[in-house]
Amino acid sequence: MTIAFPKPDEAILARRKDIIEGLSRLVASEALIVSEDERRAFETDGLTAYRQMPLAVVLPSSTEEVSAIMRFCHEHGVKVVPRGAGTSLCGGAIPQEDAIVLGVAKMNRVLDVNFEGRTARVQSGITNLGISQAVAYEGFFYAPDPSSQLACTIAGNIAMNSGGAHCLKYGVTTNNLLGVTMVLLDGTVVEIGGEHLDSPGYDLLGLICGSEGQLSVVTEAVVRILRSAEGARPALFGFEKVEDAGACVAAIIGAGIIPVALEYMDKPAIQICEAFAHAGYPLEVEAMLIVEVEGSDQEIDDMLRRIVAIAEPFKPKTMKVSQSEAESAAIWKGRKSAFGATGRVADYICMDGTIPTGQLPYVLKRIDEIVKSYGLAVANVFHAGDGNLHPLVMFNTNVPGEMEKAEKAGEDILKLCVEVGGCLTGEHGVGIEKRDLMTYQFSETDLAQQMRVRGVFDPRWLLNPAKVFPLEGRLAA
Amino acid sequence: MTNHFPRDEQETSAIIRDASEKGILLSLSGQSTKAEMGRPNQTDASISSSALTGITLYEPAEMVISAHSGTPVSEVVRTLAGKGQELPFEPMDYRPLLGTKAEPTIGAVAAMNLSGPRRIMAGAARDSLIGVRFVNGRGDVVKSGGRVMKNVTGLDLVKLMAGSWGTLGFLTEVTFKVLPKQERMTTLVLRGLKDAQAVEALSQALGSPYDVTGAAHIPGRDRPGASTLIRLEGFSVSVDYRLGELRRLLKRFGGSTDVLEGRGAEAVWQSVRDATVLTNGADRAIWRVSTAPTKGPEFTKRIAQSIEAQWFYDWGGGLIWISTPLSGGAGSSVLREATQELGGHATLVRAPAETRSAIDVFEPQNETLMTLTKGIKASFDPSGILNPGRMYAGV
Repeated sequence: MTIAFPKPDEAILARRKDIIEGLSRLVASEALIVSEDERRAFETDGLTAYRQMPLAVVLPSSTEEVSAIMRFCHEHGVKVVPRGAGTSLCGGAIPQEDAIVLGVAKMNRVLDVNFEGRTARVQSGITNLGISQAVAYEGFFYAPDPSSQLACTIAGNIAMNSGGAHCLKYGVTTNNLLGVTMVLLDGTVVEIGGEHLDSPGYDLLGLICGSEGQLSVVTEAVVRILRSAEGARPALFGFEKVEDAGACVAAIIGAGIIPVALEYMDKPAIQICEAFAHAGYPLEVEAMLIVEVEGSDQEIDDMLRRIVAIAEPFKPKTMKVSQSEAESAAIWKGRKSAFGATGRVADYICMDGTIPTGQLPYVLKRIDEIVKSYGLAVANVFHAGDGNLHPLVMFNTNVPGEMEKAEKAGEDILKLCVEVGGCLTGEHGVGIEKRDLMTYQFSETDLAQQMRVRGVFDPRWLLNPAKVFPLEGRLAA
Repeated sequence: MTNHFPRDEQETSAIIRDASEKGILLSLSGQSTKAEMGRPNQTDASISSSALTGITLYEPAEMVISAHSGTPVSEVVRTLAGKGQELPFEPMDYRPLLGTKAEPTIGAVAAMNLSGPRRIMAGAARDSLIGVRFVNGRGDVVKSGGRVMKNVTGLDLVKLMAGSWGTLGFLTEVTFKVLPKQERMTTLVLRGLKDAQAVEALSQALGSPYDVTGAAHIPGRDRPGASTLIRLEGFSVSVDYRLGELRRLLKRFGGSTDVLEGRGAEAVWQSVRDATVLTNGADRAIWRVSTAPTKGPEFTKRIAQSIEAQWFYDWGGGLIWISTPLSGGAGSSVLREATQELGGHATLVRAPAETRSAIDVFEPQNETLMTLTKGIKASFDPSGILNPGRMYAGV
C-alpha cells in the first residue's frame, strides 16, 4: 500500500448529511446510495488493493440529472468521482471519502443507429460489447475491444481512451469516437462533434478522450460502427529465442502486412494459459506469437501463406495455422484468459507500459532481472504490433511485504519503458496507480501545460482530483 | 517587420519568450504556402520553421517517423516510399487551389490536420499524429505523446495541437504513425448517378466488408458525365476478389461501370484529394464542408436552391467541396444555415482577404464552446501572441 490519497476535507465530511439531503432532491430515492453496506460495492474498482468509502453514490438516469448533480457539487464544493462499470485497472474510479461517486451505468440505452452513415448514438453507460451486440444484426460492430468489454462502459472507454487486441488495424477509442454530449462541472451541457468527421475548431473531442474523468462527465456518445470482416483466422508460431519472435514481427510488417491482431506471450504466460485453457500452446518454446488476419476464406489462406513464408527463416519450433472455428476459438481462449489464469496461480499486478518494438528483447531481459531482484516471478503478454506490454508481476498477498515488492518491481518496469523511449501506460490509464510516476515521463513544464488545460474545465480540482497528476505542485489554471 | 528563422528549439523558445514579454504578435508559418487561409490578422513579426528541418527518427519496422516541423512533406513522403510505406491519411496539398509554389512542410500537415480521401478508412492526420514537441506562448518547450502508437499517459495535447492552426504553440517536431503502401490500387467507377443515388452506392460500399479506402462522387455538368469513385487497395489477389464482390453488390445502381488503375487512377484521386476537380476560375470562393455522409445530397440541394454553386463529394458524401461566387459573402449565410440544420461545419478555404475578414472563415461556435476555446488558448498562450485571430476573433 504505497499510494497515498489526499487528506479528506473535514468540512465536507461534517456536511455529509446536508449534501445527501441536497442530492436527494435531485434524483429518485433509488438512485441515491447512502448506506454503508451499499456504498461498499463502489469503494474500489479493478485495482482492488486500494479502497476508499465514498460520501455517497448517485446513479442518475439522464443528462439533465447529471447536470443537476454537477451543478449542486460545483455550488457546494463537493468532489465528484465519475464511474462507469468500475473495471479500471489503474484505480481511475476509486472514490475518496470526501467525494460522491457519480455512476452512469443506469444510462445504458442505444439512442439511434445509422447503418448507412455508419454511426451509433448511445448513452454512455452502455457496455462496450453492448454496442457491438446492438448493431450485430446488420453485420456491424464497434471496433475497440478492451478485454473487459463484457462489463466496461463506453463512458469508461472514453475516459481512458481504451484500446484492445485489434487496435493495430482499427485504432483505439479516440479514433472511433465522433461526438459526445458531456456535462461540465457547473452543470452546463455541451455537445461536441456529431455524425460528421473532424472538428471545426480545437479538437475538444480528442482532448476529452483519455482525460480520465477530470474535465467533464460524458453522458452520450456517437461512435463509428464498422462492417465486420467476412471472416478471421489466427496462426500460432513458437520460437526458441525471444529475438526471433521480435524479428518475425518486424518482418511481417516490413512485408506490408498489417494483421488485425499480433499478440506475444512468453514462456511463463504460455504455461499458465495452457494449463487453464488447453489451447494446444507449445510448452517448450520461449516465445509465442498469435497472428490473426481477416477477409474471405481465400484471402485468409493467401495471407497466412505469406506470413508462414515470412516466419520460416526465423525457424519457428511450432507453426500452426488454425483450420477450424474451434481451433481459432481455442487459440484465442488461451490468450484472452491470460489475466484470469494467472489469477488462479498467484496474486498479480498487471502493468501496461508501451515500448518501441525494436527494444523488445532488451526490455524482456531487463523485466526478468528486475522482477527476480525482488524475488518474484513474471509472465508477459504483449500486443506485439504496437509495443504495448502487459507484464503480470506475481506475488502472494499472504506473505507480508510481497505486494509492496511487486509494486516496486512494477514501478521499475514502467521507468524502464520510459527509458527506452516508450510510455507509462498504453491503454489502462494513469489513475492513482501511475500518478506519482508521471514525472519520469514528463518534465515539470509538460505537466504544467496539461494542468493549465485541466484548469480551464475544473480550476478547483473537484473532478476526480486524486488521479493522474502528482499530488505535489498542482496548478489551477 | 522582423522575420525569425530559428534553427533549433532553444532559439525558438527564446524568440517566443521575448515576444510574450514584449507583447509582440507573431505570425507562425512553415513555407507560407497556405498563408492566404484562415482569418486575415495583423501581426508585428513572423516566425518560420523553414530552418528547422530534417527527419530525426525513422523506424520502418515500428511504423513511426519523426521530423522537425519545417521538413518538406515531399521529403517525408520520399523517405517513407523508400521503405514501401506512406502517411496513411493522404495529406492534401493546397497549392493548386491557392496558386502557391513553395514546399509545404510536415508541421503544417499537423497544425492544420490535413487529410485526404483515405481519411474515411485510416483516420485523419490527428489520428496518425502520435507525438509533438512545441513551444507554447510563454516560450516553454513542451512535449506530448511520443514515438509509440499506444499511449494514454496524461492529457492528449497532441490532439489539441492538431488543427489549432498555430494558435496554441509553435510545433518544432512531429511524430507520425505510418503504414505500408499497398501492393495495388484500383478504382471502380460508376457512371451517370445522381447525387443521392451516388451517396447511397458509396454508403453500400463503405458498409461492406471490403475495406474501401476512397469513396467520392463527382457530379457531371450533365448527368451521364457524373462519376462515382470507389477505391480498393491491398494485395493483388485480394483487390481482384473485392472488386468482383463490389461490382455484384452495386449492380442494382445500373449504368455503366469502369475500372481505373495505375497512373490514371492516381491522377483522379489526386484531383479529389487536392480539390482540383473544382478549379474553375480563381475568382470564386471555395468551401470545405464536413457533414454526415447521408446528409450530403440534401446539403447541396439546399445550397443550389439559393445560390449558383458547384460541388463534389469525398468521404462517402460526408466531405463536400463547394465553389461559390464571391458576391454576397460567398454564400456564407446559406451554407451556415445548412450546417446549423443538418449538422456539421463549413470552412471557407479560399477567398480574397477582404471576404475572409468580412465573414467567419471557421464555423462559428456557441457561447460555451467559445468560452472553452478561449480558456484553452489562454492556457497555452496567455498573452495571445501566437497567430492571434487566425481562427476566431480573440483567440
